[in-house]
Amino acid sequence: MNPKKDLIGIERLTADEIYQYLDLADNFIEVLARPIPIVPALRGKTVLTLFFEASTRTQISFSIAAKRLSADVVSFSQATSSVKKGETLLDTARNIEAMKVDGVVIRHSAPGAALFLGQRLDAFVINAGDGTHEHPTQGLLDMMTMRQHFRDLKKLKVLIIGDVTHSRVARSNIFGLRTVGARVAICAPPTLIPLEIENLGVEVYNNLDEIIGDFDVVMALRIQLERQGTGLFPSVREYRACYGLTKERVMRMKAKSIIMHPGPTNRGVEIDPDVADSKKSVILEQVKNGVALRMAVLFIHAGGKIE
Amino acid sequence: MSSLLIKGARVVDPAAKLDAVRDVLIRDRRIARVEKSITDKKARIIKAKDHVVVPGLIDLHCHLRDPGRPDEETIETGSQAAIAGGFTSIYCMPNTDPVIDNEGIVNYIYKEAARVDLCNVFPIAAITKGREGKELTEFAELLRAGARAFSDDGDSVADNNVFRHALEYSKAFNVPIFEHPIDKALAQDGLMNEGLVSTRLGLRGSPAIAEEHSVARDLLLAKFTGARVHLCHISTKGAVELIRRAKKEGVRVTCETCPHYFYFNDEVIESFDANYKVNPPIRTEADRQAILEGLKDGTIDCIATDHAPHCQAEKEVEFANAPYGMIGFETAVSLVVMELIGKHKMTWLDVIKKMTVVPAGITGEKAGSINLGTTANVTIISPDTRWQVTEGSIRSRSKNTPHLGKELKGRVTHVVCRGKVKYSFDGK
Repeated sequence: MNPKKDLIGIERLTADEIYQYLDLADNFIEVLARPIPIVPALRGKTVLTLFFEASTRTQISFSIAAKRLSADVVSFSQATSSVKKGETLLDTARNIEAMKVDGVVIRHSAPGAALFLGQRLDAFVINAGDGTHEHPTQGLLDMMTMRQHFRDLKKLKVLIIGDVTHSRVARSNIFGLRTVGARVAICAPPTLIPLEIENLGVEVYNNLDEIIGDFDVVMALRIQLERQGTGLFPSVREYRACYGLTKERVMRMKAKSIIMHPGPTNRGVEIDPDVADSKKSVILEQVKNGVALRMAVLFIHAGGKIE
Repeated sequence: MSSLLIKGARVVDPAAKLDAVRDVLIRDRRIARVEKSITDKKARIIKAKDHVVVPGLIDLHCHLRDPGRPDEETIETGSQAAIAGGFTSIYCMPNTDPVIDNEGIVNYIYKEAARVDLCNVFPIAAITKGREGKELTEFAELLRAGARAFSDDGDSVADNNVFRHALEYSKAFNVPIFEHPIDKALAQDGLMNEGLVSTRLGLRGSPAIAEEHSVARDLLLAKFTGARVHLCHISTKGAVELIRRAKKEGVRVTCETCPHYFYFNDEVIESFDANYKVNPPIRTEADRQAILEGLKDGTIDCIATDHAPHCQAEKEVEFANAPYGMIGFETAVSLVVMELIGKHKMTWLDVIKKMTVVPAGITGEKAGSINLGTTANVTIISPDTRWQVTEGSIRSRSKNTPHLGKELKGRVTHVVCRGKVKYSFDGK
């Protein structure tokens, strides 16, 4: 496989490329199960994780993934609002270029920030979330998790519940799942559904109770509490009443279905605590798979060789 | 006095409905003769076979950033760019710092334009003091100083009652109100057009309805007051339809669009290149087709550039953080030649009309034709010349254009303004 230099989004990936990431990630699961879960694949390579937006688990996940591959990891994080003045992204790019790192993992609040960096660096760039655009490694690890449970992604029926307009996770999942041929539906109040999303091959619903029994995978998106009061929905209480994953709703799901959430969860809002901790929930599997998937991504983009 | 003889060109003068090969003689700064064959041994000759000679182009909408942002543009650099783009008259918007809302700034612009001595620069004064949308400026005094129209461009006059009074008050002077139609609440500080592409890219969208809602309001108030309104940079299908209907009803409305609205659709934003970030945003292909239709059937009266310079440091940032606007003087003729005349088979007469005699009529400027005896403002275009847009070729102080690095077809080769050759293309 001769990958593009950067991983900016799933939208531009082919089904073959998606499966190459997933297949390799499945192999790394085996590595992670070893007593010493480290391979020397990226020894001597330096990966910079550059997080301009608060995130604990994604940055940790990438750092662990890089270390499991024996890469050197340098981490930088500074939450900046999009308007805060300081060093520009352009200056950041030039500085990174001068320091000769091999790869950069970037999280940024602005859509297109990863692409911006990738166009200006020789180092490979992995998008770890650019605003409301994409979060490709999350999308891929979600598909990896689905495949572990259902084998054939083509036959899968996936329901995504929540604020799709502001969700990079939803976008990456929609692009990836549609590319491999899965059926994808979203369910949310109309104010949280972006215009023309149905033209991406997505079914759109507003009434969760009517449809929740039809799906193999039910994914709840995090509701940003600060959206309350912006006129998009009246209150968190009403949101939970209409779209929250409660025990009653989960009882109406298919027998072998699973519940996913990209985290961090607002327990008692989009997902109830007993549901998040229930047998149907694969939230911690997602986290575990995240390390393997990110190893696969780093390995492929750093030009590692498969033994 | 010296004479200038333009030989063998196709002369397109919409005011005279002339489209034929003619020689044009300029003597004593005026159009002396337009005939099939002229010989004048003393005259300097421009051989213009295979070229098109049109009246000097008129741009009703540009931003010169002067006073206020000399790092982005000045009247001097803006005039250099305009003349290289074939424009002999440009109308500059008042969102300067300080705002063009008093006689002193109007005087400054005329004085500076005279010093630079390239194209004519006409100030558009603010409708409201400080462009705050509250109190009307002193229209009479500003007109006496030389303001040619009023606009709070950059913003719509949001308060319906203030806008009503602006329209009513303008009737005393028969001066057009240039309105930037945008409903800010609906626009939500959108970064691009709201639609399938914004949905895919996760960029906050500004919906077509934000423009159309405002256009509808402007048309209703224009009808109610009987005043003249000129709607700036129309970009949506719905806005074109509203204006078409209003014109049939006799509303005194004129409007403009810009090359980027008939040349691009919103898929270009996939590049996240902030040079495509403009306000109103580049719309969908269906909107673009409607703009082309509106240009063809006359609903859209003129083509303006909305030349909006921004320095590189401001534009080479994340898409969300970049300011709105692209420069447009130096690429407008090429885009018109390539898209409207080349691809969409509009006639030279129809297109040039929208860049000369029609805009002149809107502001009452005595220009826009090649009439005998009038001051010679003439632009010579080589429609088949291909040229490269490079940072070096751009005369504007700012280089924020998505055409950078591209090859365009159709090149302004000479510009005569007030009887003198003010620009000739050196092949670079």
